[in-house]
Amino acid sequence: MNIGYYPGCALHGSSNDYEQSLRACLGALDVQLKEINDWICCGATAAHSLNHKLSLALPARNLALAERDGFKQVFAPCPLCSMQLLKVKKAVADEKVRRELSETVEADVRGDGQVLNLIQIFENVGLDRLKSSVRTPLESINAACYYGCLLTRPPDVVHFDDFEQPTSMEAVLAALGAKTVEWNYKTECCGAGMTMANEDAVLDLAHKILGNAAEHGANCVVVACPMCHVNLDMKQAAVERRYGKKLGMVVYYLSDLVGLALGLSSEQLGIGRHFVTKA
Amino acid sequence: MRNRAPGQETPASVRVRFPDHIHIVDCYQCGKCTAGCPVSQDMDLAPNQVIRLMQLGQSEKAVRSQAIWACLGCQTCSARCPKAVDCAGVMDALREAALVHDMASPARLLVVSFQEAFLENIRRNGRLNEMELIGRFKASVVFRTGRLSFLFKDAGLAPQLRKRKKLHLISEKARDRKIVERIFARCSNRSER
Repeated sequence: MNIGYYPGCALHGSSNDYEQSLRACLGALDVQLKEINDWICCGATAAHSLNHKLSLALPARNLALAERDGFKQVFAPCPLCSMQLLKVKKAVADEKVRRELSETVEADVRGDGQVLNLIQIFENVGLDRLKSSVRTPLESINAACYYGCLLTRPPDVVHFDDFEQPTSMEAVLAALGAKTVEWNYKTECCGAGMTMANEDAVLDLAHKILGNAAEHGANCVVVACPMCHVNLDMKQAAVERRYGKKLGMVVYYLSDLVGLALGLSSEQLGIGRHFVTKA
Repeated sequence: MRNRAPGQETPASVRVRFPDHIHIVDCYQCGKCTAGCPVSQDMDLAPNQVIRLMQLGQSEKAVRSQAIWACLGCQTCSARCPKAVDCAGVMDALREAALVHDMASPARLLVVSFQEAFLENIRRNGRLNEMELIGRFKASVVFRTGRLSFLFKDAGLAPQLRKRKKLHLISEKARDRKIVERIFARCSNRSER
């Protein structure tokens, strides 16, 4: 597979444990990631909140760079980056918008390639192939699969899974021999990029998500988003302090669990770099 | 809401630019957006009330609300709307208008400052520089509020991030930062007042 890799800022910043996990796990599956040459930030929440034009132009530049590099597929492990790229794809279906955006970003934006999230990467590898590659079935895992907001929303942009009751992550975990729980907060928001700017909201939401996962018998939460991980893992100690209870809920990236099942070590996957680690 | 004597109303309508797919008139006030919103309890105007104000042409109240900055952009409202009114897109357009017209709610100073600092960071570096963002965000909050203690908020996290090799004193930048500046310049909304 010739996949253009768009890491986004988080994976080259404080979420670099996610990138370590991805590279180890996908390397073991022979999925080669080639970084898009001189990619720029997609503008994230700030751009779509403050400047609509910019929120299309920044990801449009990245899409154009990927197309220029000849990639037919772009993998964005951050669901916000991924959704922003998909928004551009949708917008440039209108030829007038496409020409304007191409002018703005000084590169031809075609929007004919595919944009993939992490779950889709595993689906493309093939769940049967994944299953037959498992060396260590994850029998002790009983996971709450947490999709958060933008893997499945807005549905008319991302066209991925069911936006109320998604099951694609559960299917990956089933292939690894892991169990999953039914719970209520699969697609609720964790507060995303508001970790510093609206800490109250983040702690409240993280508390509800982690609490609901525990109530339903999960022994870990699985995410496919850097911001979900920050709010549920890094901020978990702050949640415990505010609500006066011990949670101790381990939060894995989906690639961590796939990697472990493939026989990679916690160390190779960077799991020891999380804030909450198994007691 | 305070009642004003006739003739003393402030201008109730400021210009808000909506993307073409947003048809405010379609909303029939079922309230599903508000019911599913994870932060509606923190808002001075519920999402359906924001939409109603727009229908009534009273955009200024919506633009000045703190609700639009409490919105997390989670898209639940838009995904569930039975009339396909993109409520999250409405929130985006209102936030943009609030900045263009200098009407951003002082009650949400932290969110407004953070988003502004974030975009400025991208304009300068092409990619996010986390330490610079945190520094500038904190400095701007201290400057605007005089709360010096805010500088030290979450400072205890720094050594923990460092231990986990998650703290980068020097961040990478895009090589071609000129193009980033040109894109920002072409997308400027400052002249739209």
